[in-house]
Amino acid sequence: MIGLDTVIEGVLLGGVYALFALGLSLIFGIMRLVNLAHGDLILLAAYLVLSVTTVLGIPLLVATLLVVVVMFVAGFALQRLVLERVLGDDILPPLLVTFGLSIVIQNGLLLVYGADSRRLQAGAFESSSVTLGGGLSIGLAPLTALLTAIVAVALLQLVFYRTSLGRAFRATSDNPQIAQLMGINERSVYAIAVGISLAVSVIAAITFGIRANFDPSIGPARLLYAFEAVIIGGLGSLWGTLVGGIVLGLAQTIGARINPEWQILSGHLAFLAVLMVRPRGLFPSRRP
Amino acid sequence: MTALLNVTALDAFYGDFQALFGIDFELGAGEAVAVIGANGAGKSTLLKSLAGLVRNRPDAVRFAGRPIGDSQAASIVRLGLALVPEGRQLFPSLTVEENLLIGAFGGERTSPWDLSSVYRMFPVLRERRRSSVTELSGGQQQMVAIGRALMSNPSVLLCDEISLGLAPIIVEDIYRMLPRIREHGTGIVVVEQDIARALRSTDRFYCLQEGRVTLTGRPADASQDAIHSAYFGT
Amino acid sequence: MSVTAARDKVEIGRGAGAAPLWQVRVGTPLSRAAAIGALAVVVALVLLPAVASRNLIQDLIFVFTMLALAQLWNVLAGWGGLVSVGQQAFVGLGAYALFAGVVTLGIDPVFTIPLAGLLAAVVAAVLGPLLFRLEGPYFAIGSWVAAEALRLICAQFKTLGGGTGMSISPSDLSQMIGLKSAQALFGLRPAAARDVLIYWIALLLAVAVTLGITAFVRSRMGLALAASRDNAAAARSVGVRTGRIRYLLWIVVAFATGMVGAVVYLQKARISPDAAFSVTDWTAYVIFIVVIGGVRTIEGPMIGVLTLWGLITYLAQYGSLYLVVLGIIAILIMLFMPKGVWGEIERRWGIRLFPTQRVLSRTSCGSDLAKNDLAK
Ligand SMILES: Nc1ncnc2c1ncn2[C@@H]1O[C@H](COP(=O)(O)OP(=O)(O)OP(=O)(O)O)[C@@H](O)[C@H]1O
Ligand SMILES: [Mg+2]
Repeated sequence: MIGLDTVIEGVLLGGVYALFALGLSLIFGIMRLVNLAHGDLILLAAYLVLSVTTVLGIPLLVATLLVVVVMFVAGFALQRLVLERVLGDDILPPLLVTFGLSIVIQNGLLLVYGADSRRLQAGAFESSSVTLGGGLSIGLAPLTALLTAIVAVALLQLVFYRTSLGRAFRATSDNPQIAQLMGINERSVYAIAVGISLAVSVIAAITFGIRANFDPSIGPARLLYAFEAVIIGGLGSLWGTLVGGIVLGLAQTIGARINPEWQILSGHLAFLAVLMVRPRGLFPSRRP
Repeated sequence: MTALLNVTALDAFYGDFQALFGIDFELGAGEAVAVIGANGAGKSTLLKSLAGLVRNRPDAVRFAGRPIGDSQAASIVRLGLALVPEGRQLFPSLTVEENLLIGAFGGERTSPWDLSSVYRMFPVLRERRRSSVTELSGGQQQMVAIGRALMSNPSVLLCDEISLGLAPIIVEDIYRMLPRIREHGTGIVVVEQDIARALRSTDRFYCLQEGRVTLTGRPADASQDAIHSAYFGT
Repeated sequence: MSVTAARDKVEIGRGAGAAPLWQVRVGTPLSRAAAIGALAVVVALVLLPAVASRNLIQDLIFVFTMLALAQLWNVLAGWGGLVSVGQQAFVGLGAYALFAGVVTLGIDPVFTIPLAGLLAAVVAAVLGPLLFRLEGPYFAIGSWVAAEALRLICAQFKTLGGGTGMSISPSDLSQMIGLKSAQALFGLRPAAARDVLIYWIALLLAVAVTLGITAFVRSRMGLALAASRDNAAAARSVGVRTGRIRYLLWIVVAFATGMVGAVVYLQKARISPDAAFSVTDWTAYVIFIVVIGGVRTIEGPMIGVLTLWGLITYLAQYGSLYLVVLGIIAILIMLFMPKGVWGEIERRWGIRLFPTQRVLSRTSCGSDLAKNDLAK
């Protein structure tokens, strides 16, 4: 009933969800900020890549680099000009500001691009696949998405645990005031974190936009999947987030196999189930 | 003479609450000074004002002639003024070695202190370099806190109650390191509640009481009684 | 609206057998005037259907239901610290309960409204313990996930129209309680008379919710919540208790939100999962209302809802652009006027129509003993 192909499909889908989740998890870990516009920012990135490739005719890879830079700068500016003013002990203002941003981006995209479904064009790459034994074949695009997710987690892990920037991130997350005594400028650390979060979202947007159609209204759903992956995996653990994404992907594909209408619902139910039995996620970080 | 660190008429506030009233304070290059006072006298507030965690008028604090009273903590440490905060305040998600490394984040001043010279002073930290700081004993944690501050190669080191919660024998061990730090020309301010301990290792002292300096001078010149009344206000 | 509260006295130092020495008051002469004014406005609104057009009545149903939702969200997020982005869950549940009750069970719509609230409350009671496991701001997205899950579940009920939804036929509503009298009273056709009935129910809900919340935030429970929000240390020491208050608040708010949802969809008479569980309609607008008017004030949502009504009347024709403008306004307000329009008025002129803070005043000669009692 649930064959190996379903499992493979679910795992591959999980790669995309993990990519959605990384940026969200990153800024929550460093600055306790939950960005409700995360999903819409992913879509904004997808549309930017679409415009750059179709209107300017720039190849996808170059466009990716360009948009990564643009979104990093946008994230940096977003933190310095907007979010920085509302971060504090009260959780309400940052939530409301990012929620407002979500509405603005979503409807802004609708104004500019209309409600039609779009897709990123990646030429032959989209439809090619590698054949495994036993009649199984894996689409190259989904496989690349999973590999990209693994590489992204490994890179972020490297930055976090092997560089001075990563130490600054963790120190600021532990105690922003004492971190300043070390010469760490809290404001730039936060701005860089948001910048990286949006840069990673561009990668998420591309792996997603190649394999599925998107329209301006689907941002919030990306936010929810990202969030589910983070919570299932366990707060504060990047590899956990990858596993969380895969669990979510599996839940959705298995649900869809049973009844096509149940795909999204199964993901939500899996999330609620994990919350019930393991409220701190599958791989919670050791830190309190 | 103009001292390396000069504080004039410093008033410090937490919101509406005034913690310091017209403090005058100075520290020469390479000098060691004690700040003593009872609970809540304002000792930590004074150090926080120097380190930039409590902001003030620009010219209330001058460091090497520069007004730094309203500078950010992150830029003050780059100028060469480092604080060992009360209660150690290590970063729990960093290892011992990472806690030391992050002390050098500013990165502008590189000698004489680096990982190897800090490890030479506190050899036990080298053995435990990969441990989480939460697994260390109190004394070892204090060594990390001091080492972390030294990694920025300060010309003034501010130590807030480095004896807090430690066994007397460990306190002695730690205080024995202060001369080695001064060898390199680093000035030191130690804040202590333990009067005798502080006075034994310093050239001069300031006594604070309810946010005001009540007595200052050389340890040898002040009588027990004078210190006692300056400390308790009787 | 604060008639009773203005006289709310708390005696301290009773143990000593003395006359009250201290008095905790929330009322001011202005608030008493406001209460009388508000009473007059409510009476006028009750009588309004005698003269108003059906259009205005429908607009006001929107205003009242949105006001109730905004007050409810405000007490939940502002006072309770439970920043939910999933209140559409309870609007949707209330709406679906109404349709299930009326269409499949044939219950009178008016009686179905409290049942709809009950269903929402039961679901909230079950979801609460799960969602409360999510740290602070993650609760916001968690509640949103729950709402999405409920939307997808409701879409599975084929008898209620599945994913595309369904309508209530006028015949199902023709026997609605009070309909005949409303028809006779104003000489209206059934559809218009139904709007008048719904208008009254919506007005009743809005007034009851506002009064209830005013009483709640002034109560000991409300004060405990406010204290735990303002002071983290205090929060820890009374942690267990505020946890229970929050849970209770979450359920009661869901109950009222469910009833509002039922009323809204009784008037619309057409339902679909996407509309009934719409995050834009039932949470974004609601948050917008509260942010504009002022978080943690009773007056704020009233100002906010009137502002939204005005904006909708003039700007809704521009579709997405209108939502972009609303979002930008909300962000700017959070950045530069975080207490909203009413918060700004309060700050500038010190006006409080529905005061929620207690003022301590001495009524006669006091003693240190009384002061100490108070400190406890
Ligand atoms: N963050 C703060 N907010 C408000 N008041 C504070 C704060 N920190 C200290 N205070 C107050 O300022 C005064 C001085 O405090 P400070 O910490 O400087 O004293 P101290 O001499 O270091 O005491 P201790 O020996 O206990 O460390 C005290 O009355 C204290 O209550
Ligand atoms: Mg102190």
